[in-house]
Amino acid sequence: MKKFLLSTAAASLLAGAAFAASHAQEAKIGVILGFTGPIESLTPDMAAAAELALKEVNDSGKFLDGVTLAPVRADSTCVDAAAATAAAERLITAEGVSAIMGADCSGVTGAVLANVAVPNGVTMISPSATSPGLTAAEDNGLFFRTSPSDARQGQVLADVMGSRGVTAVAVTYTNNDYGKGLSDAFIAAFEAAGGKVTINAPHEDGKADYSAEIGALASAGGDVLVVLGYSDQGGKGIIQASLDTGAFETFALGDGMYSDALLADLGADMEGSFGTVPWSEGEGTEAFGAVAAAGGVNGDGPYTRESYDAAALLAMAMMKAGTTDAAGIAANVLDVANAPGEPILPGELGKAMEIIAAGGDVDYVGATNVELIGPGEAAGTYREYTITGGAFETVEFR
Amino acid sequence: MELLNALMVLMNFVIVPALTYGSQLALGALGVTLVYGILRFSNFAHGDGMALGTTAVILFTWWFQSLGISLGPVPTALLALPFGIAAAAALMLGTDRVVYRFYRTQKAKPVILVIVSMGVMFIYNGITRFIIGPDDQNFADGARFLFTVREFRDWSGLDEGFGIRSTQALTVVTAVIVVAALFWFLNRTRTGKSMRAFSDNEDLALLSGINPEKVVAVTWLLVAALATIAGTLYGLDKSFKPFTYFQLLLPIFAAAIVGGLGSPLGAIAGGFIIAFSEVTVTYAWKKVLEYALPEALAPEGLMQLMSTEYKFAVSFMILVVVLLFKPTGLFKGKAV
Repeated sequence: MKKFLLSTAAASLLAGAAFAASHAQEAKIGVILGFTGPIESLTPDMAAAAELALKEVNDSGKFLDGVTLAPVRADSTCVDAAAATAAAERLITAEGVSAIMGADCSGVTGAVLANVAVPNGVTMISPSATSPGLTAAEDNGLFFRTSPSDARQGQVLADVMGSRGVTAVAVTYTNNDYGKGLSDAFIAAFEAAGGKVTINAPHEDGKADYSAEIGALASAGGDVLVVLGYSDQGGKGIIQASLDTGAFETFALGDGMYSDALLADLGADMEGSFGTVPWSEGEGTEAFGAVAAAGGVNGDGPYTRESYDAAALLAMAMMKAGTTDAAGIAANVLDVANAPGEPILPGELGKAMEIIAAGGDVDYVGATNVELIGPGEAAGTYREYTITGGAFETVEFR
Repeated sequence: MELLNALMVLMNFVIVPALTYGSQLALGALGVTLVYGILRFSNFAHGDGMALGTTAVILFTWWFQSLGISLGPVPTALLALPFGIAAAAALMLGTDRVVYRFYRTQKAKPVILVIVSMGVMFIYNGITRFIIGPDDQNFADGARFLFTVREFRDWSGLDEGFGIRSTQALTVVTAVIVVAALFWFLNRTRTGKSMRAFSDNEDLALLSGINPEKVVAVTWLLVAALATIAGTLYGLDKSFKPFTYFQLLLPIFAAAIVGGLGSPLGAIAGGFIIAFSEVTVTYAWKKVLEYALPEALAPEGLMQLMSTEYKFAVSFMILVVVLLFKPTGLFKGKAV
């Protein structure tokens, strides 16, 4: 009997080990983005870019002794914190993901971080959550972002106003964490520089009609209308209605308003409008363009570069930690992202794996010149552009 | 002169936009109210039905545009409208045959039908995204303005002016024609009368030999036409995006309920009440008062009763008050 017990115990142990071994051949990474909801038109490209980075790591065959990384998509909805939390919970409990690339919009990112990532000790890297509020979030060192905080963008946008001699503006922002954070940052910087904000009015996304908002904004007046919203949502509706009623003719645009679709639809009427958008130039960006084109992914969309970088950072941090366990990842993210080390461009993830495996140091440059500062957020450079002749024309980088 | 300027500002930012928005809501609410009155449930799939009908119109419009067919200054979409309505009618009759009829023969409670319609809503939602995707689609062509603000200012010599987009004019005119035709149909034709009889008392209508399947089929045809027209007008005036149509459902229901569910006249009144209350209550009167009042009294602040983020609260306050004091709505619809 004793022997029997022993043998069954041994057998089950073996089976368990075998199970674990077969399981370890695949590590899952959660890709939680708003595949439905207000930014559903942007997220397919973002997810594809993130998956491109994971595929590149897999194709190199050098990741942790042949372990492959499998992306698992989940829907953050961008606006519904409860749905995003449930989706992230499913990723961790049912799918057993090692880390999360996401979420996208600032509100749901904060919710997923507080309710799921921190309690479970899972690392998150968001490609696009830019709310200044997340800088101070209780994250136990688990949260990073490859996009810069809007506190910086607000300052940059105010500087742009200063250099253009704009002194009075009306502001409208999309009514969520992103819009509120950006408008607060901008207004603080603009007023500190002596500017006057005539009205600061939020608008809801995806609504049927913006006449009420335009009425109030037009009444308040100003040299330009600052639109801190989304280009395929309320932001576009606001601009369209302003142009139709002749309320404003020049607009200052936040990063969410940068899109080719907006330009195609309204660009001709927006002559002289200007804005800022996180941008990067140089060999990393070019390398990403080539990688994306080769992988059949649209690499020009907003936040596709940041998405690629977020996924690449997770893979390298896992490699550095030497395990796919969730626990070790966060501690290594800053290590692989910042100097010292060998600079790594998009398309060189295989090389990075080799260097890390050999015990070397890497400094991930990536598509956006990744440099994580403060509590792990991108420093970021911004491109100031003017709409001239129906096209975005770069003024300078700030 | 100053008073004229004040009036122009008001026209440009309040009256013209609210009139257009109100017409769009009224057409949507008419569809909801017809389903409620005759089939006796709140059809949550209406917003996405609008989106699907509009999708069909857009596809036909693009086809016509590629063939080089156009109506000159009038949007090509008007030519595509009958085809879109046909597609939407086929879809809604098909849905009725496959889904709603099953519950109707079982005499399911209205609340079950409401939940069923939510299921249908999600399916329509998916089909729309499957066919045309979640992105913004632009299908308006022809002249954009009847006259612009600037043209009006130059013509009249005033400091302020107002513009009318061709789609705004089109929306209001079409709404008037559609509503007139609908009322004529309901009040003057045999089929219309049998529909009203069916709505008033189903058993009595059945006893007097009215064919219920015919009434149901005609109702869906009307609803498909109303939904497609409302959706297309809205898409022409603003832009087509499936997500927005889903969001339109809320003000449409508010309009139908304020007016009285089941009452066509109420749906129209409700549409305009919701539209005007959203725009006027949150309007900043500063500019109007600057023109209307003598200079000494010109206001410093924005003269805004409440800020624009409360505009939905306003329409729902009206909804709550109406339901409290007149549960059947302003025009004696059915109690909810």
